[in-house]
Amino acid sequence: MKLQDLADKLFLHAVSYDKGLSKDVSGGYVSDLLSDVLANCAEGSVWITLQKHTNIVAVASLKNLAGIIIVGGRELEEEVLKQAEAKEVTIMTTPMSAFETTGMIYQLLNENKGSEESC
Amino acid sequence: MLKEFRADLHIHTCLSPCADLHMTPSAIVKNASENGLDIIAITDHNSAENIIGTKKAAEGAGLTVLAGMEVTSSEEVHILALFDDIKDALKLQDIVYKHLASDRDYDGGLGEQVVVNEKDEVMGFNKHLLIGATSLTTLSIVNIIHSLGGLSIASHIDREGFGIISKLGFIPKDLNFDALEISPNTDKEKAEGLFRDYKSFQWISSSDAHYIEDIGKRRTSFFIKEATLAEMRGALRNTGGRRVEWE
Repeated sequence: MKLQDLADKLFLHAVSYDKGLSKDVSGGYVSDLLSDVLANCAEGSVWITLQKHTNIVAVASLKNLAGIIIVGGRELEEEVLKQAEAKEVTIMTTPMSAFETTGMIYQLLNENKGSEESC
Repeated sequence: MLKEFRADLHIHTCLSPCADLHMTPSAIVKNASENGLDIIAITDHNSAENIIGTKKAAEGAGLTVLAGMEVTSSEEVHILALFDDIKDALKLQDIVYKHLASDRDYDGGLGEQVVVNEKDEVMGFNKHLLIGATSLTTLSIVNIIHSLGGLSIASHIDREGFGIISKLGFIPKDLNFDALEISPNTDKEKAEGLFRDYKSFQWISSSDAHYIEDIGKRRTSFFIKEATLAEMRGALRNTGGRRVEWE
């Protein structure tokens, strides 16, 4: 599944590097502790968080994540978006909570897996 | 002539909801003096209301009390602010109160927030949710502290709860901390391994005391001329032979 598919189905709003929407999403991770994401988030995942410090860009870039979803309708500061653009990190926002966002993505990713297997 | 001043720069009082109710001004001053401390800082969560009482309680005790605060950023990072003058701490308090999540309706459910005077008499209960986070970013808190003339120290960087490295993964380059604090949970040797990337910062260690028996459990020696914030800043910047030591 592409990031673009997630964005379309969940009505996510891409606020940085929308070219990255063509990336594949291999899984997801939910955490607001950046040290935890550095330690445990798998490459290619979409990261769901309410943490909006600029360090999220460095962490996503370092871990080769598919993208970041900022939940709860939180707005990002200009500096974060500038750095995300420079480091080619796709950030999307949603008014939904982390719980709702994660639930929907989990379902979509697993449906997708199922259909691939049956083909 | 430089002298050694033993400092514990992170002490909570009974104003912090998570601190013991026995952490009153006179008890803190008595224990700090008995433990051989020369300088302490009162650093309650997001409030400076017990500093006046503690400063008064320390009059004539040969103990310097700095006006401090442990501010919680929007990313839930704890940052210590230290001032000489209570007026500057109160200016910071005004800003912090405007940015705290709930406004004056705390009922003590997570622990009492007791404001006391120098005789340990209860003057009232703070109604802000002091345990909560402000809506201020870590960067803006550091900048506000500096603009008020204070020292800004990253609290207990070795702790998972509310430590900057745990919350933000690493210390961003734009944060101009005067020092990083190591908690009593981590000894010096271990800290030097864990945090070798942050050698460019000055490190201190303090107790983060919430209970009387923890006061002075960790301390940092400042080799300075007198017990003022300006001299301590000099020690953190290693000017004129001034320096800090801890173990």
